Amino acid sequence: MEAPVKMSAAAAIVARAMALFEDLSFTAARAWKTAQPGRKVVGYMPIYVPREIIHAADMLPLGILGGGDQLEVIHGDAYYQSYICRIPRSTVELGVSGRLDFVDGMLFPSICDVIRNLSGMWKMLFPQVYVRYFDVPQNYRDDIGGNYYVNELAELRHDLAELRGKPITDEELRHSIALYNENRRLVGELYAFRAEKPWQAPAAEAYLVLRAGMVLPVEEHSAMLRDYLAAARAEERPRRDNCRVVVTGAFCEQPPLNLIKSLELAGCYVVDDDLLLVTRWLTADTSIEGDPLRNLASAFLHQSESTAAKYEPDVKEKGQYLVRAVRRSGAEGVIFAAPSFCDPALLDRPMLQHVLKDAGIPYIAFKYAENSGQMQPIREQAGTFSDSIKLWSGT
Amino acid sequence: MTTTFVTPKAAAAKQVVKDASMMKQKEMMAGHYDRLTSAPQTGEKIAATFVPGNLNELIMCFGLLNNLPEVNAIQNGLRRTSGAFVLEAEKIGHSEDVCTYVKSDIGMMAKGNIAPNGKKFPDPDVLLLSYTGCFTFMKWFELLREQYKCETIMLHTPYMGDGKITKNMTEYMVKQIKDEVIPKLERVSGVKFDIDRLREYLKKSVKAENDLVRVLQSAKNKPSPIDAYFGAIYYIGPIFGAFRGTDDAIEYYKFLLAEVEDRLAHGLGPVTPDGEMGKEKYRLVVEGPPNYTSFRQFWKMFYDEGAVVVASSYSKVGGVYDLGFRHDPDKPLETLAEYCLGVYTNRSLPMRIDMLANYINEYDADGLLINSIKSCNSFSAGQLLMMREVEKRTGKPAAFIESDLVDPRYFSAANIKNRLESYFQMIEQKRAGARSAA
Repeated sequence: MEAPVKMSAAAAIVARAMALFEDLSFTAARAWKTAQPGRKVVGYMPIYVPREIIHAADMLPLGILGGGDQLEVIHGDAYYQSYICRIPRSTVELGVSGRLDFVDGMLFPSICDVIRNLSGMWKMLFPQVYVRYFDVPQNYRDDIGGNYYVNELAELRHDLAELRGKPITDEELRHSIALYNENRRLVGELYAFRAEKPWQAPAAEAYLVLRAGMVLPVEEHSAMLRDYLAAARAEERPRRDNCRVVVTGAFCEQPPLNLIKSLELAGCYVVDDDLLLVTRWLTADTSIEGDPLRNLASAFLHQSESTAAKYEPDVKEKGQYLVRAVRRSGAEGVIFAAPSFCDPALLDRPMLQHVLKDAGIPYIAFKYAENSGQMQPIREQAGTFSDSIKLWSGT
Repeated sequence: MTTTFVTPKAAAAKQVVKDASMMKQKEMMAGHYDRLTSAPQTGEKIAATFVPGNLNELIMCFGLLNNLPEVNAIQNGLRRTSGAFVLEAEKIGHSEDVCTYVKSDIGMMAKGNIAPNGKKFPDPDVLLLSYTGCFTFMKWFELLREQYKCETIMLHTPYMGDGKITKNMTEYMVKQIKDEVIPKLERVSGVKFDIDRLREYLKKSVKAENDLVRVLQSAKNKPSPIDAYFGAIYYIGPIFGAFRGTDDAIEYYKFLLAEVEDRLAHGLGPVTPDGEMGKEKYRLVVEGPPNYTSFRQFWKMFYDEGAVVVASSYSKVGGVYDLGFRHDPDKPLETLAEYCLGVYTNRSLPMRIDMLANYINEYDADGLLINSIKSCNSFSAGQLLMMREVEKRTGKPAAFIESDLVDPRYFSAANIKNRLESYFQMIEQKRAGARSAA
């Protein structure tokens, strides 16, 4: 009889993250809720909500990112025309099939008109759930957009306090901000480590570990990140002759895990991406001194990621974040991977491509849906891109 | 400088096949395009902006001339040039999945930027990005900014997600108008802002708005003297475009109202491109924009069957005046904010459902028809739920058709005609059922 093969520490962590990823009944979040009476869960969609406020209300922020490629959409298609992306239909499917029946509130960030309108649909479909369209300012002056945003945050704080039945104190907010600061630092560490040694932290693994943060309490997720980083650093893995790419455009509807794996198998190490942006939307620590809402607002205005859903007031800055991501991560090219019918990603793409062209950075582009099954064309495209970079990058 | 036109006598309308008001509207538009294309000679400066959230009164305070890219795309759709422009934009890298207004505009620029009068559009001096009720607007003007390299002003209108305008929303908008929009428009135009001038324009807006509402609400009569969707495309042109706040708009709506009241007095239905409409058989409420590349053909499918649209949501994209909003000269900046906040596509889905269900009841309509537009997620996402909800609330049948704004590839005449015919049969069956139950 053969002895059972011992799983490496990294593999064990990834296996747990995979189980969380595959669980479309959200068992872990349900278990968290039932562990103590009175606990509440607040769902949120991409790309950003201030999870600190939900956490400060003793609630579990739950990232809802559609149904992936394992969910059979039966009811959801009846709500959407064929020319609308997949994430809202699978999210509706999760809702009407009862998979989200333990969720007490849902936040719909201002990312595009489809998610915006889904907020109204959710109000109609689930009248017992607290639903908020979470608007963020497109004006970045503290005295204009900042004041507006502070008041929006105050409304959210008030609403969540009502939901739990007691006010959310500044101390609770500061405590939560500190925890999310720590979480973002760990996520940053993971991204830096992957950029340095992508063979040690493959993109699909890093994604799964990050994705676990959508369903786990932040304290638990930070522990997972720490453990994974330690395990990934300790374990030597073979290095492939891959090129290094940044993947962009995948900030809302998620690509299938197989797509992420396929890119690396095809010869492209993913050294940066815009997947699960909520985990690192704020690019520096949020202050825990003074007014916590003002601090969250200031962080949003002045220290947050750029993406297609956000207006860039300075024409010279348009798309430069992508150039910086390429330089920072030592990437050799960019892969535009956008969901079909995604207005933000697809409308932004030509402008970003012009910026990359001016910067001399090669790129390719394709579309996907969260349930795309055929990876061969994408693998071939990515493989050719990798070959071209390796063969011609010096010329 | 204002565009002048001669007001035909209302009686003359009876002698022409088309509404005289439509002809007049055409003249106004033509005059406006001439002003735009003559700007390099006259020295007038141009502000490009959008129909929802169009701050025409404010733009005029700086002597700027308003140019609306959606209207240009519509003109290209009606003239059947948009298809080639869309293809051109796709050829230079724009996705087949995104808004065809944008692609028509980008394609038109790539092909020389020729206005409907055959002359070249001058480049805008400023892009006033009134980000109201449509995500695409933001990307559209970022794309244009890349081309024109001119001053771009963001005015962010928060969405009415909870079905109400809060103090925070209004204050945010007023602050943007005061501290961002006005100083930048002053800089571009070289004209100092005069709030009394704004008040004067706003007073004029109210007069035109009052008459527009009376025109739209005339459809409550049977037969309706207007078509509140196809016909209303013409009626809303001046007030949603470059004429709100002008004497021209006041005159136009006064004339239009007189014409409509005359039709009403004579028990007449709407004028169609083929002349007087026959007997009114079906009264519909329509949600969603029309198709422009086959506009006449599309309209004909309705009036050939005796179907008249008595209320539509599309005729509210540039302002929901029939629910009571009027520009208020006494609070000039707040009223601009409230105007932007209240436009149809900035309203939550439950608000839109309420509006449509109320229209069906108030206009005694036979049902709801949704023309779902491939290009326009702001309108389209959620429409299937809206349809079911309106049906449930009113007990009236609803139908769903699909087309596009200005991309001729997505207008399938046979499919749409089949759907409409089935829908009219459904209405007949409902009526027969109601009769036998009585």
